[in-house]
Amino acid sequence: MESNGHAISCHGVQKHYGEGETRIDALRGVDFDARFGELSFLVGPSGCGKTTLLCVIAGLLDRNEGNLTVLGRSLDGVSDRDRVLFRRKNLGFVFQQYNLLPALTAAENVAVPLLAAEVPRKEALDRAKALLSRLGLEKRVTALPSKLSGGQQQRVALARALVHEPRIVVCDEPTAALDHATGETVMELLASNAVQPDRAVVVVTHDSRVFHHAHSIARMDDGRIVEVTRPNGSAAESVGEFDSFQKEAAL
Amino acid sequence: MNFVALRMLTGDRAKYFGLVFAIAFCTFLLENQTSIFANILRRTASQILDVTDAEVWVMDPKTEYWDQTKALKDTDLTRVRGVSGVGWAVRLFKGNPVARTSTGKFAASFLIGLDDATLAGAPRQMLMGSWERLREPDSVVIDKAGYVLLFPKEPLRLDRTLEMNDHMVRIVGISDASPPFASLPVMHTRYSEAVGFVGRERTQLSFLIARAAPGVTPKELTARIEKQTGLRARTTREFMWDCVGYYMRNTGIPVNFGITIGVALVVGTVVAGQTFYLFTVDNLKQFGALKAIGVTNLRLTGMILLQAFSVGALGFAIGTGMAASFFELTLHKLATRHIVLMWQCVGITGAAIFFVVIVASVLSIRRVLVLEPAAVFQG
Repeated sequence: MESNGHAISCHGVQKHYGEGETRIDALRGVDFDARFGELSFLVGPSGCGKTTLLCVIAGLLDRNEGNLTVLGRSLDGVSDRDRVLFRRKNLGFVFQQYNLLPALTAAENVAVPLLAAEVPRKEALDRAKALLSRLGLEKRVTALPSKLSGGQQQRVALARALVHEPRIVVCDEPTAALDHATGETVMELLASNAVQPDRAVVVVTHDSRVFHHAHSIARMDDGRIVEVTRPNGSAAESVGEFDSFQKEAAL
Repeated sequence: MNFVALRMLTGDRAKYFGLVFAIAFCTFLLENQTSIFANILRRTASQILDVTDAEVWVMDPKTEYWDQTKALKDTDLTRVRGVSGVGWAVRLFKGNPVARTSTGKFAASFLIGLDDATLAGAPRQMLMGSWERLREPDSVVIDKAGYVLLFPKEPLRLDRTLEMNDHMVRIVGISDASPPFASLPVMHTRYSEAVGFVGRERTQLSFLIARAAPGVTPKELTARIEKQTGLRARTTREFMWDCVGYYMRNTGIPVNFGITIGVALVVGTVVAGQTFYLFTVDNLKQFGALKAIGVTNLRLTGMILLQAFSVGALGFAIGTGMAASFFELTLHKLATRHIVLMWQCVGITGAAIFFVVIVASVLSIRRVLVLEPAAVFQG
């Protein structure tokens, strides 16, 4: 069972690139938890380590120090193949630049995680089409990504992240390439479709206009979590700068 | 995921067709050049291979190839016939008289004199007339290309006359003899006529052709003849390779063709290999996304191999089709008759393309395997 209702639990996580004079410390001892049933935001200025932390959580990068458990399991010592299989089963990804395969239709793109998991093609496509319908793209299932707007492409990417019903969804700047209205729509769809009692959603963003969707917001700076807050009324876990941060969100 | 791999491959039509064309062009170039090279070398032994009756050729020990002969003595025929294991042995004359038409058109030619009694070695592919008519006095069978050379733009017709060494000879047949290395008319006549058409020399016996008795292999027979007579004896295929080898060693043909084939191989393979490699590199972000999503390295390797082999097979098939079409067109031209797409060249080219595909795949796979899936988060 996952520890304390936490889907993700990081303690003292450190990550650096390079050695010696060229060493760059991207994470300098991060403590971060993401709970089931919540949208957890990781926010902060560019280069503060948000994406690196996301990659470490997703098992795409190895940390140098600290403890990390994902779904109650440490991935230390796990083979690359098992790590990939763990990721395939339990994680869904939404990328800033969508990263849809340009040669595949919307439905086929959504079906990719199912195909990777050996689900028969017809069943995978049927499930993909059903999910796209839920996201309002029932008339665009056969469209290629190049024929979709940015918002539609991000919705397809969202469907791809959810189609295999992962326990954790990680989103990297999902609204950065979208205008405000489209970004708001995508976030609403994310909140309404991805947030489940047995699922955690981690969103990296610096788009303060969508902060109101968050259940918790962890602010990073210079490779550390400097502030954690729960905007919707729960006890704040701020470490000092929350007021200015909330004002920024309200603006 | 196979269909994903194939859709990734064909999704960008311009790149896909560029890739297929590169491999098809490489295939065409290699098959074309190697086949022409092999067929031209084969022409150095055309008249040897045309003699299907015999399987052993006997010649002076100094004779190295078809075009260079040192005459045997007439008594050598008797000596060879005396070797045990010889089923039969007959004379064969080869000369190069000049043939003239009544209009004054003339051409040096290959004249082959056949044993008067058996006509062994006569051309079996006749387009008009019959080789049996060679029994008539002053008669020759000429190949179609020679006829067209001597009687340009005139229809094929029998009983036309030629003058050779003050002899009027009559064309009694038109054959489809294999073209010789030098594009000269090929004529067949009886041995006794041929020596007269060329001009008398003290000894004129060019070759003896023989067939082994039942139970004796041609190879065994050549060994026996050489041991008992001191003459040089070769099987038909050995003699063919002697001719090919002579031209390989003593002419610039292999160097010229070797350069062309080498350039075709390098250019074709580099273009095809680099195009496929760049195709994979261009798609690295897509492969990175697939890795992040949870597609294993083994599966990605399979996808790249599938892409490589499907595009390789299609390009090779199209290139072979182009080469086959080319040779089908040129096969009916007099100058390029009998030059065909050789299956050996198709096999060699297929192996070269397979090698290129393997190398390009390995390089591409390496790039994908070392790719950090986290790179897709870099924007």
